[in-house]
Amino acid sequence: MINLIYLTVLLPLLGFLINGLFGSKIKNEKIIGIIGSSTVGIAFLISLGAFIETLSLPVESRSNVVSLFTWLNVANLNIKFAYLVDQLSLVMALVVTGVGFLIHVYSIGYMHGDKGFWRFFAYLNLFIFAMMNLILGDNFLVLFLGWEGVGLCSYLLIGFWYDRKFEKGTVAEAAKKAFIVNRIGDFGFLLGMFLIYQTFDSLNFAEVFSKVPNYPVGDIVFTLIALFLFIGATGKSAQIPLFVWLPDAMAGPTPVSALIHAATMVTAGVYMVARSSIIFVSAPTVMLIIAIVGLATAFFAATVGLVQNDIKKVLAYSTVSQLGYMFLALGVGAFSSGIFHVMTHAFFKALLFLGAGSIIHAMHEKQDIQHYGGLKKYMPKTYITFLIATFAIAGVPGLSGFFSKDEILWNAYSNGGMLFWVIGVLTAMLTAFYMVRLVSLTFFGKERFDKSHVHPHESPNVMTIPLIVLAILSVLGGYIGIPALFSGNGGNKFEVWLHPIFENANLRVLHYGSHSHLEEIILMVTSVILALSSMYFAYHVYTKNRSIAENISKSFNSLYQLLLDKYRIDEFYEFIIVKPIKNISEKVLWKFTDNKIIDGFVNSAASLVDSTSSLTRKLQNGLTQFYAILMLLGISAVLFWIIIKI
Amino acid sequence: MNIPIEYYLILSALMFIAGTIGVIIRRNAIVVFMCIELMLNSANLTLVTFSSYLGNAIGQVFVFFVMSVAAAEAAIGLAIIIMVFRNKLTVNIDEINLFKW
Repeated sequence: MINLIYLTVLLPLLGFLINGLFGSKIKNEKIIGIIGSSTVGIAFLISLGAFIETLSLPVESRSNVVSLFTWLNVANLNIKFAYLVDQLSLVMALVVTGVGFLIHVYSIGYMHGDKGFWRFFAYLNLFIFAMMNLILGDNFLVLFLGWEGVGLCSYLLIGFWYDRKFEKGTVAEAAKKAFIVNRIGDFGFLLGMFLIYQTFDSLNFAEVFSKVPNYPVGDIVFTLIALFLFIGATGKSAQIPLFVWLPDAMAGPTPVSALIHAATMVTAGVYMVARSSIIFVSAPTVMLIIAIVGLATAFFAATVGLVQNDIKKVLAYSTVSQLGYMFLALGVGAFSSGIFHVMTHAFFKALLFLGAGSIIHAMHEKQDIQHYGGLKKYMPKTYITFLIATFAIAGVPGLSGFFSKDEILWNAYSNGGMLFWVIGVLTAMLTAFYMVRLVSLTFFGKERFDKSHVHPHESPNVMTIPLIVLAILSVLGGYIGIPALFSGNGGNKFEVWLHPIFENANLRVLHYGSHSHLEEIILMVTSVILALSSMYFAYHVYTKNRSIAENISKSFNSLYQLLLDKYRIDEFYEFIIVKPIKNISEKVLWKFTDNKIIDGFVNSAASLVDSTSSLTRKLQNGLTQFYAILMLLGISAVLFWIIIKI
Repeated sequence: MNIPIEYYLILSALMFIAGTIGVIIRRNAIVVFMCIELMLNSANLTLVTFSSYLGNAIGQVFVFFVMSVAAAEAAIGLAIIIMVFRNKLTVNIDEINLFKW
C-alpha cells in the first residue's frame, strides 16, 4: 500500500477533474457527491493500508520514499517529485483524508440544492489534492506546491458564495483578504526556502536535515531560515500577526470552515514546523519566539471568543486559540504533543463546525447565538455530539482534548516555565468558558428565536452520521496518546510512534531539569479543576442568570467593547498598513511614477517623433509632378556622379 | 544613303527631354501619360539604333518587350484615370493629391 500512496493524491485530483469539467452537465447531486466523497474515502483507505503496512515494518525502515518522476533538473538543482511516507506524514494523511471524507459526506446534505453544488465538490477535492501534496511531499518544493494549492482552494471556497454580503463587506472581499494575508506569509516561506537551498544545496528533506548538524546550534543561518519559515507558518496557521484572515474566512460555507479553516489547512504551519523541527531547534531564539507567539495568540483569541455572538466567529477564534496551543507546544520543543493536538483538534473542531452547520441549517442561516436557545429538544443528535466536542475542547478528563492539551501544558511547564503554564491554563479556562457559553445560549434556556418563522429540526442522516463518527473520534482519539503517567511502561504510544521523526531534533533541544510525576499530577488536577469550575460558572451565568453577564459587561464596558471589536486589530492594520499602501499607490506610484515618469517617457518619445515628422512630412505634398522632379534630380545626380567617377 | 548614328541619338534625346518636360509641367493626366509613352519610345529608338549599328538583334527584341509592357501599362493606366475621373470629375493631377500628409 505504501507504493500506492500516490493514489491518495491522484484520486482527489481525478474527482476534481470529473466534477470540475463535467459537474455542470451531470446535475445529479447524488452522483457528484458520491464521486467527490468516494475519491477521498478511497484515499483514506489507501492511507490506512499504508499505515498498517508501516506499522508492521521495523522502526528503522518506517520512513519510505515513493519517487514518481524528476520534476526539475537544472544545473545542480535536481528536484524529484517524490512522496515521503513516514510516521508524521501518515498521521497527517489519515487525519486529512479521514476527516476530509466525513466532511465530504456531510456536505452532500449541507450543500443540497445549492446552485454551485458541483463547483463545491470540485474545489473540495482540489483542496484534498493540494493538502496531500503538502503533507506527503519529500522536499520543500513539493510542500510549497501543496502550500500554495491549499491557499488557492481556501480562497476559492471562502469566496464560494461570492455574490453574498458578509458583515461590512462582501464574501469576495473576505476571500481576497485571506489570500493576500496568506501571500505575505508565503513570501516568508519562499525566502526561507531560498536560504535553505543556498545553505544546504538541496531542498530534499533528508539531505537538508542530514546537513544540519554541520552547523552549531544558534547559528545565524538557522535563525534566519527558522524565522522566515515561521512567518510562513503564521500566515497559513493564523498566528499573530497574520491571524486576521481566519475569522473572515467564516464567510465560506460551514463544511469549508470545518475542513480547511479548522481541521486541516490551518495546521499546515504546525506540520511544516514539526517536519523541519531540526532546523527550528537549532535556532533557540526562534523557538522562544514561536512559544511566545503561540501563547499570545492562544490567549488573545480566547478573550475575543468570550464575547462574540456569531456562532462561527466564536469557533473561528477558538481555532486561532487552539492553533496557538499547538505553536506553544512546538516552541517548547514538544513536537509530538503539537501534532497530537493537531489530530485531536481536527476531530473535535471539525465536529463543532459541522454541528454549527447543522444548527445554522435548522435556524434558517441565522448565525447569531443571541437568537438561539432551547434547541436541545429539537436537535438531539446535534446537541449530544456538540456537547461531546465542547467537553473535548474544554479539557474534560477522559476526552481527547484533555490528553493533548494537558500534555502541551505539562511540556510548557517543564520546558518553558511557570509563566507559560499559568497563561496556558488561563487560556484553557477561557476556552472552557466561551464554549459552554456557546452551548448554553444555543441549546439551553428560553427559545429566543421567532417561532412563527423558524421551525428548528434535526438534520438528515447524511449530516448527522459524520457528526456521530467525529464524536466517537473526539472521545476515543485521545487514548492513543495517554501520557506515560497513566499508561505505565510503554509510555505515550503516539509519542513513541513519532519518536524517530523528532529524535534528532530532541537531541539538540535544551531540556530543563527533570520533573517528578507528582508535579505533573498536581498541575493536571489544578488545570482540570479550574477548567471545570469555569465551565460550571459559564453554565450558571448563561443558562440561569444572564444578568450577571450583563452586569459584568456593563461595568467593564470599554473592555467589553474592545473585545467585541476584536481588539480593533483589523482597524489597526487598515490604518497602519492598508491605508498607507493605498495612499502610496495612488499618490506616488500612480499619480507620479506611472503618470509622470513612465507615461512621460513614452509620451515624450512619441512627441519627439511627432515634431520631427512634422518637418519632413511637408515633402509629402501629394503632387505627383513634384515627386517626378525630385526623381529627375535624383537620377541626374546619380548619373552625374557616375560620369565623374569614370 | 547613310544617316549618321548621332542624328538618331540626338532625335531620341530630344524626344526624351520633351517627354520629361511634359511629365513635369503638364497638368492633364492623359497628357502626362502620353509623355511617358513618348519617353518610352525615345528609349526604344535608342535601342533600335544601337541594334542596327552593332548588327545585334537583341536590341530589337528588347523593343518588343518594352512595347508590350507599355501596352499593358497603358491599359491599366487609362483604366485608373477613368476611375479617378468618375470619382473626382477631373483628371487634373494637381487636384489628385490623396497621398498628402
